[in-house]
Amino acid sequence: MSATTLPLSFVNNPSPARWLRFDPDRLLHLAVGKVEIGQGILTALTQIAAEELDVPMDRIRVLSGDTDAAPDEGATTSSLSIEVGGGSLRLIAAEARARMLDRIAQRLNCAPAEIEIREGAFFRGGAPTGQDYWSLAHEVDLVRPAAGNAAPKPRTAYRVVGQPVRRVDLPAKVSGAAFVHDLVRPDMLHARMLRQPARGARLAALDEAAIRRAAGGELRILRLGNFVALLSADETVAQRAAVAAPAHARWENMRAIVPEQQEAAWLVGKPSNDQIVGDPLPAASGKVMEASYSRPYVAHASIGPSCALAEMRGGHLSVWSHTQGVYPLRAALARVLGVGAETISVHHAQGPGCYGHNGADDAALDAALIAREIPDHCIRLQWRREEEFGYEPLGSAMAITVRAVLDDAGRPIDWTQEVWSGSHVQRPAMGGNLLAHEALPTPAPDPRPTDPSEAAGGGGTRNGIPHYAIPARRVLHHLVPVTPVRTSALRGLGALPNVFAIECFLDELAARIGADPVAYRLSLLDGRPRAARVIARAAEMAGWSGRGKGGEGHGFGIGFAQYKNRSAYAAVVVEVEVDREVRLKRVWCAADAGLVVNPDGARNQLEGGILQAASYTLKERITFDATGVSSVDWASYPILRFSEVPDIACELIAADEERSLGMGECTFGPTAAAIGNAVAHALGARIRDMPFTRERVASVLLGG
Amino acid sequence: MSLDLIVNGQARHVAAAPTTPLLDVLRNELDLKGTRYGCGLEQCGSCMVLVDGEPVFACAREAGTCAGKRIETVESLADHPLRAAFLDEQAGQCGYCLSGILMSAKALLDRTPHPTRAQIVEALEPHLCRCGTQSRILRAVERAAAALPEGAQRLGAMS
Repeated sequence: MSATTLPLSFVNNPSPARWLRFDPDRLLHLAVGKVEIGQGILTALTQIAAEELDVPMDRIRVLSGDTDAAPDEGATTSSLSIEVGGGSLRLIAAEARARMLDRIAQRLNCAPAEIEIREGAFFRGGAPTGQDYWSLAHEVDLVRPAAGNAAPKPRTAYRVVGQPVRRVDLPAKVSGAAFVHDLVRPDMLHARMLRQPARGARLAALDEAAIRRAAGGELRILRLGNFVALLSADETVAQRAAVAAPAHARWENMRAIVPEQQEAAWLVGKPSNDQIVGDPLPAASGKVMEASYSRPYVAHASIGPSCALAEMRGGHLSVWSHTQGVYPLRAALARVLGVGAETISVHHAQGPGCYGHNGADDAALDAALIAREIPDHCIRLQWRREEEFGYEPLGSAMAITVRAVLDDAGRPIDWTQEVWSGSHVQRPAMGGNLLAHEALPTPAPDPRPTDPSEAAGGGGTRNGIPHYAIPARRVLHHLVPVTPVRTSALRGLGALPNVFAIECFLDELAARIGADPVAYRLSLLDGRPRAARVIARAAEMAGWSGRGKGGEGHGFGIGFAQYKNRSAYAAVVVEVEVDREVRLKRVWCAADAGLVVNPDGARNQLEGGILQAASYTLKERITFDATGVSSVDWASYPILRFSEVPDIACELIAADEERSLGMGECTFGPTAAAIGNAVAHALGARIRDMPFTRERVASVLLGG
Repeated sequence: MSLDLIVNGQARHVAAAPTTPLLDVLRNELDLKGTRYGCGLEQCGSCMVLVDGEPVFACAREAGTCAGKRIETVESLADHPLRAAFLDEQAGQCGYCLSGILMSAKALLDRTPHPTRAQIVEALEPHLCRCGTQSRILRAVERAAAALPEGAQRLGAMS
């Protein structure tokens, strides 16, 4: 393997000692930079290490996300943890195994190939040697960087990878304390925020006496410019103060928002940074078809609002956070606080599923700022539900127009996807600000909204190029840098809206010539056998050929994508019933993720992605009022409920000989598109704007 | 100010005002961290506990109203078939919603040992799961029901 193809986490952390340690407790201690966000990564990484080293899973412990003790793997994003984190750990473990084998072979004066490893112990000729990893650990240098040339096990020898191993983190989560919210430290103070209602707002007056009366107990109010924290040793007191505080604060320099800005259409024609990705213009000439699709602003809507702990002791700041990246968070904190990164430790502690860049990092800065002012206490900062909805970075609205030039047979020969969108990544390392930085006496400079590069999978352009064999394909990307609300990474970034647009439009093109949507897709997949295979399989699972004519309130639809056009392939078929609203009946999914480390964990991700995407497609939209986000609870921002959950069947197509492909986000776009197409099949008329509310159903039924 | 509560079968004396939310008493006074803050608005179910066998949103319930009543939290389910069933089905992703869901499921099985799918859905309707593990959760409750010893559960509900 050449240096250029080594995975990034390995390149940045080539010393095996950074990743693993055989301790006197006779356990293998792993340290990894990718973190658990509910996707089961710690289990899969444990499987990879167990496999390469032949150590039982129950003798492995994992530390993840820790700036003191774990490698820097950046952030846990973009379905890259198995591809990059897992790929790196496999090479590291193979290297450690090889060095250990060299050492025992040297001792026994034999060839390394004569040694067999069983449950961490070394055998020769079927007999125990009396030595194991732990007895040799002090003799083997694991600090020396690896070159990446130790050969991992052949896949035919796998016994742990590929098995549906149980999640290592779930037992704690069904029995008690498990999350950052549950940590208890000495000298703890509970903190809540009174938030600046918008960037640039100035606190003109604060009736502290009234807040104290509402709090009903000993309360400390900390003000730093427009940053206001409410603190108490009693959490109930802090919470009551926070509930009361907004009514007792008067802000100036408030920016006005109008509800029209909540619509994706508002973005169209606004000042934008433009780029063309893919084949150059001009487009081919011929019959042109065009349609426009949209998604509004949406929330990550984690079930638990963000939380962080921070304490300043002896000039060193320690932070516990459910961030997606401890090193990027540490760098961002150091910048805001004006200190060296070496004076800060960030420890990952698990939180509710984040699905991207939510309030976790912002809560960490809130806690850190307070800890700096109040040393020798542990500050436990808890966001409220209204705060998470009102202030977390949102998934950007997107307005998409698809334009296709067709050949005489009605097949697209030139495809232009024109995308209007806000930024899909405003993490602090990518032009964004941590929220509280903007409230400080010396506020942060204006954010410089940007988008991930095409090499990183793009943002508004993600999956904007159809996977199909179309001679010319391009995205015209209009990145609107100034949006009414802060936007950042939400599961799949632009992939869901883009795949929704592509796959719905393909159905419209197929319908134009009376073609079956599955057959039409397959005719556009020359040289793309893995794509064709998942589409054909999903159709077969769903009994597609018997789907009927539709048009009577009952329909089937299909959607497909290869996530980022380089990760896992997924095809989804849904069956819907539509009367006044859309009801999902059944969902079938076929996916190809190459070598799958944990098939049950992978299926869990497919199922979860389907249901979350269904929720976005059918129900979700952020609303604005004059001051900002007005959908700040679950009544005004409904998500899918138990009674709305369809039957789901998912199948992973065996492709063990292929490399692992990130699959945590692969069902997102296909599900949205399949719903769009099924509703069109059921109604004989198409809804092109998400979410598919009762009002939109009524509107198309009335021919609106 | 103090309160006398019966939590997971034990009498507990707590130095807290009766108006303190039950959620805060459980988490901070009794160190029962399995009951979780989700919204404080009785909208998500993360904080669900049982009071005299009935599901109750602990976030908005004043602890004083529960004095002398039987309070059950997720920590009490160590030997209940629900816990094993949720692990057998791998019914969870992030897990934040699970303790509340487990308690509503417990209340259902206490009352209806062999519920239909529709009855399970109805019992869990107050709960939100954002990761999309609802299908697994429904299967897990069915699995737990199948594992309950015949006849024992109704007795539990009435004790």
